[in-house]
Amino acid sequence: MQPIYYNIPFVCIFLCMVGGITMPLQKNGQTALRTTVAVCLAVALLCGGLAGILYAREESFVYQMGHFPAPWGNELYVGPLEAMLTAVFALVMAMSILGGRQTFMEDVLPPKQRFYFTMMCMILASLLALSFTNDIFTGYVFIEISTLAACAIVMARDTEKTIAATIRYLVISLLGSGLFLIGLALLYCVTGHLLMPQLLTRVQLLSLAGGYHVPLTVVCGLLAIGMGIKSAMFPFYAWLPQAHGGATTSSSAVLSGLVLKGYIIFLIRIFYRVFSISVVRSLSIMDILFVFGIAGMLLGSVMAMREEHIKRMLAYSSIAQIGYIFMGIGLGTDAGIVAAFFQILSHAVTKPLLFLSAGRLSEIRHHEKSLYRLRGTARSDRLAGVGFTLGGLSMIGIPLLTGFTAKFFFAEAAVVGGLRMWAAILALAVSSVLNALYYIPAIIAIWSRPAEEYEELRTPNRGFAVAAVVLMAGVVLLGTAAGPVLRVIRMGLSML
Amino acid sequence: MKKNTWKAFTAWVNGTAEESRPLRREAGQSAHEKHPLFHLNEEMRVRLFRWEYRAVALIVCLTVVAVLLFTVFHLPLFGEPNNPAVNEVVERYVEKGLEETGAVNMVSGMILDYRAFDTFGESSVLFLAVTSVMMLLLRDEKNISAEEDIQEAHERIIEKEASDRILQKVVSLVMPCIFLFGIYVVLNGHISPGGGFSGGAIMGAGLILYGSAFGTDKVREIFTMKTFRRITSSALLCYAASKAYSFYTGANGLPTGIPLGTPGAIFSSGLILVLDICVGMVVACTMYGFYVLFARGEI
Repeated sequence: MQPIYYNIPFVCIFLCMVGGITMPLQKNGQTALRTTVAVCLAVALLCGGLAGILYAREESFVYQMGHFPAPWGNELYVGPLEAMLTAVFALVMAMSILGGRQTFMEDVLPPKQRFYFTMMCMILASLLALSFTNDIFTGYVFIEISTLAACAIVMARDTEKTIAATIRYLVISLLGSGLFLIGLALLYCVTGHLLMPQLLTRVQLLSLAGGYHVPLTVVCGLLAIGMGIKSAMFPFYAWLPQAHGGATTSSSAVLSGLVLKGYIIFLIRIFYRVFSISVVRSLSIMDILFVFGIAGMLLGSVMAMREEHIKRMLAYSSIAQIGYIFMGIGLGTDAGIVAAFFQILSHAVTKPLLFLSAGRLSEIRHHEKSLYRLRGTARSDRLAGVGFTLGGLSMIGIPLLTGFTAKFFFAEAAVVGGLRMWAAILALAVSSVLNALYYIPAIIAIWSRPAEEYEELRTPNRGFAVAAVVLMAGVVLLGTAAGPVLRVIRMGLSML
Repeated sequence: MKKNTWKAFTAWVNGTAEESRPLRREAGQSAHEKHPLFHLNEEMRVRLFRWEYRAVALIVCLTVVAVLLFTVFHLPLFGEPNNPAVNEVVERYVEKGLEETGAVNMVSGMILDYRAFDTFGESSVLFLAVTSVMMLLLRDEKNISAEEDIQEAHERIIEKEASDRILQKVVSLVMPCIFLFGIYVVLNGHISPGGGFSGGAIMGAGLILYGSAFGTDKVREIFTMKTFRRITSSALLCYAASKAYSFYTGANGLPTGIPLGTPGAIFSSGLILVLDICVGMVVACTMYGFYVLFARGEI
């Protein structure tokens, strides 16, 4: 009989899915919202506890889904890293829903609000499953769930622009899933397995014997590009600004902060647990990811500078931040991946804070979105102003905030010598300056006196206050007390 | 150029930049207002029609096709006995499937017992798809205008007055058979080819046929939005509950206490029969849901 806490990942996934299935039966949007927040918080607690236990015991485990062992049935694999990531994701999702509640109630018509929370629960379920699964086909199924649900939460606002953005997102996202599925089929063809440990042994045998070199390279490329398209890696970002910028506040926060990360985590797990990192390095996929990452870091910021719509600016900034993650993966060292994981966490906390604050700022000016018309809003709602400022400063990389710590880890990881080191460090420096060039004017704009008088909404928003305080605490905590988090990441990575 | 950028930047920081810009944009927009693609933003409009983009798209497609074809030549030949895909996994599914799952239909055993978690995910995909369509198409003040309502009412009247007698007679003869066959396929999923997905598709097609012959109002007498929601949600919940039990017992090495029965009998193969029924209900409802939502915007 295995310890009882081994059941937590399975319980969490089922909790989210059952929650999602029952949402259409809820009385109204308000109760559905409360239930969803409760589900997210429960998952956060359970996964947080699990992370603590696994870290203290330095263990990771495989959980058999059903009565049949590894190569025949489905399995989950959970270590401290996965448990910590999902705990943070679930907490951030609860906060995103709470913080965007008021705007959501106005953006989405009452009879359709319940369906929105089905999507939110399913997104959390897919994030959990993508982080936990030990079976790449289960991964594919949950990628599909995540794709559909993500498109639906963009569409929920139901304006012409969001519908156009959803169609674009759906088509490009399905292209990504399609490439991934082709990759999976080819991989099954040359290995005959779907479970990660069995795949690992087969791939290693093949790479030693030199068999099927071409299919393996193509598979690795297809999987990386498929996941890259879905997580807005540099040349495949075109769908993101409209989708993330146009959706309702909670959706933007969840999409930018969490949904993109699920695919990246799954990709890293495939690299480690299917191909093994040494084989991936020898396939030169890393160089491509490195170049794309650096290009994304720079061009994402340049495009954000040209943007006046506050939410689209944040969306472009996400492209830059995703660029950091791919740059870290592209370094190919364990330190690079550790930094990438830290950046995943850091961005998962900071970007929702920024989106929620921006949403709140535009809410008090009756949903104006252009930076010019948001001048002086921070004076009316100081908490939102502080939230935006803190998030922006963290993105620029001011010490004591999580963005700085992430950049520090990237710089540290980049010290590998050679061309890569210079490219990475130069890109980090330039992109920090570029970040400052659009975040600082935005921060100045919201705090300065407006040129004309606006009629403002003055009702307080308690949901936002709670979310902002929690996320700000997260930004500062990750920035100042990164040590334990880093140790969990290192331990989890060594077990992958 | 540089000076202009700097000036624009300082102006923007000072908050004087946009005073002129929105005006210019609005002026630019009015020229395009009659264009059908007006609602797409400018960037998208440019991209749709520039020939460079078509050329690049062609090159990318051809490259992907070439790479994939090249890869296919390096794959093992289809159907060879010593292919990598012919291994202990397939062997156990084929040889021990009957004994371990109690399902004569090997595919049912595989998708509903060995890899039941994936199938739960797949059924949820269907559920999500129909929920997204409901989010988009269910009538509300945003997506239906008064004119469309009037047009809709006209169509209904025409539908009632000019109904197709031949179609209705044939449908009322064929319908019971379709439904019986659908139910048969679902219930015999573990014994013969078929199962929840195919049986559900048959029943869904039957509902669609009935709806298109007699009008969706007629179907609503037995099948309303409420029943639709209850059936899909409770079928998935039933799936989730039975699989949660089986996963929990399986992972913790507990006995399930569910007898597999004699292979070939209708009550055999443990939970597979229950799961097949659940999947069948979800699939049937989803198919009819898609049809009626796209046609009418309500169930």
